[in-house]
Amino acid sequence: MASSYVFRNGKELLDRCKEHKMPIWEVVLNYEIQLSGKDKDYVFKMLGDRLTVMMEGIAATLDKPEMSPSKMAGKSAPIIQKVLKDWKKWENKLMMNEDAVKAMLGAIATGENNARMGVILAFPTAGAAGVLPGVIFGSRDKLKLTQDQMVKMMLTGAGIGIIVANTATLSGAAGGCQAEIGTATAMGAAALTEVRGGKPETCLHAASLSLKNMLGLVCDPIGGLVEVPCIKRNAFGAMYSFTGSDLALMGIESFVPFDEVVVALRSIGDMMSPKLRETALGGLAVSPTGLKVAKKMGLIQISTNPCSK
Amino acid sequence: MTTFSVFDIAGPVMVGPSSSHTAGAAKLGQFARAIFDSTPTKVHFLLHGSFGEVFKGHATDRALLAGVMKYPPNDPAIKNAFEIAQKQGLHYKFEVGNLGYNVHPNTVLITMDNFKRKVSVMGSSIGGGNVEIIRINDFDIHLTGNSAEQFFTLVVENENLPGMLAKTTSYLGKKKIRIVNMQSSYLAGENKVLSVLSLEQPLNLDEILELEKEEGIIFVRSLLKLTQ
Repeated sequence: MASSYVFRNGKELLDRCKEHKMPIWEVVLNYEIQLSGKDKDYVFKMLGDRLTVMMEGIAATLDKPEMSPSKMAGKSAPIIQKVLKDWKKWENKLMMNEDAVKAMLGAIATGENNARMGVILAFPTAGAAGVLPGVIFGSRDKLKLTQDQMVKMMLTGAGIGIIVANTATLSGAAGGCQAEIGTATAMGAAALTEVRGGKPETCLHAASLSLKNMLGLVCDPIGGLVEVPCIKRNAFGAMYSFTGSDLALMGIESFVPFDEVVVALRSIGDMMSPKLRETALGGLAVSPTGLKVAKKMGLIQISTNPCSK
Repeated sequence: MTTFSVFDIAGPVMVGPSSSHTAGAAKLGQFARAIFDSTPTKVHFLLHGSFGEVFKGHATDRALLAGVMKYPPNDPAIKNAFEIAQKQGLHYKFEVGNLGYNVHPNTVLITMDNFKRKVSVMGSSIGGGNVEIIRINDFDIHLTGNSAEQFFTLVVENENLPGMLAKTTSYLGKKKIRIVNMQSSYLAGENKVLSVLSLEQPLNLDEILELEKEEGIIFVRSLLKLTQ
C-alpha cells in the first residue's frame, strides 16, 4: 500500500519515511490524519495547545512553588531556578551547561506541578510527563526553536511512543519505570535528533541508545506517590535524551536495533515482580525512609495483597 | 490490535498526579456512568491490584468518583470530588479486593445503583490514561476507551432466542446506521446475551424505545462518544 502511513514498529516507520521521502514527524502527522480524518491544521492546533499546557505548567510552578500534600516534593525547582538566575556564579563550577540545567528545571518543575494536582500533559504518562517538556525547555533557547518546530518534536516523540505502546506497554504497573520514563527518554532523544536535522535512522539510534540505558528500571514510588523517585528521575531522563541524541548525531549507532530494545523492555517487564511495578511493595517504597512516609501519611499499610506474589 | 493515536501518547491533558491512577480512573468513572445512563444515588468501587494498593496517594478514589459524576480527567473539580458527591447526595464507598488473577493490575469494579436500576462495570486503566471495559454486569466483553471515543457505542442485552442478533442489526440497517464493530457475550446461567456494537451514529430515544419493544430484547443503551 503505497499511500499508507501505518507503522507498528521502528522498521515500518523507517520504511514509511523512505517510501514517502519524509522525516518521522511528517509520517506521524499523516498517520494521524489517516487515522482520525482530521487535517494538518487541526493536529497542529491540538498539539500547539498541549505544548502550551506543558510550558504553562512549568511557568506556574516557577511563579508559585508549592509543596505537594505529602511534603516530599516542591523544593527542587526553586533551587535550580535560583542557580540559573546566578548562572555566572555557577557556570564554572557545574559540569552541565546552561541548556542542560534548563532541561533539568523543566523536567522537575513539571513533576512538582503534577504532584500538587496541577494540570499537566501526560506525555506519554503523568509519571514521565517531565522528560519532553524538559528536553524542549532545555533546547529551545540554544536551537532558537519556533512553535512549529516544537510541535514537530512532539510528533516525532509521539511516533516513538506509539511503537512502544504497540509492542510493549507504557504503564509502570505493567512494565515498571522503564516503560514510562524509559519510553519518554527515547521519545525525547528522537525528537531532539530530528529537530537538529538528524535522519530517521539516526533518530531511532538516539531512541535506542537512551532506552537501552533505562531497561530494567523498576517502579517503586514511596507511598505509591508519583514523587520520589519519579520527579528527579524525569530530570535524569531528559539528560539521557540529550546523551542519546548527541551520541547519535556524532554518528554512534546502537548495536541493538530499536525494535529489539522495545521487545527486551517488554520481556523484562513480564519478568519483573509485581512488587516492583507501582504497587509500592518493594524497592525504595519499602526502604526505612519510604515506610516512614507511608506510615506518616496514613497511606494504605504495606500488607500482602492477594494478587501480589 | 489497538490503534494508538498521537493524542493517546501526547495526552491526556489531566489533573495530576498519575495517568493510570488519576486520569484513567476518571475516564473509567465517566465510562461506567455512560453505560449506567441515569443518575446513580449509590456507587460502590472495588479496587484491585495496584489500584487497591496506592489509590489514596494518587487520588484514584476522588478521580473515579468525579468520573461517575461526569467530570472529565482535566477538570480541577477532581480535587473536591468528595465534597461535590456529598452535595449531590451521591453515596459512595471504596473497598479493596481481588478481582481475579488474570485482570490488569489497575482494575476496578464499579457498581451504580438508583431506584430503577443497578449496573456493574469492570474496567482497567491500561497506561497513559487509556482504559478498557472488560465486564458489564456479568458479561465478559472488551471495549476500549479509544473505540468509545471514536464511535457511538450501543449495548444490547437480550434473551438467547433464535434470530435475536439479526433483530438488532436489521433494525440498524433499516435506520441506515453503519456498524464498524460488534461483539457478543453469553451468560450461560441466565441464558442471556449482551452485545456491544460500535456505530457511526447513535440511536435517538425513540429508536431506543422502539428496539427495546422487540420481543426478547431486555435493554438497549446508546452511548454518546466518550469525551477525550
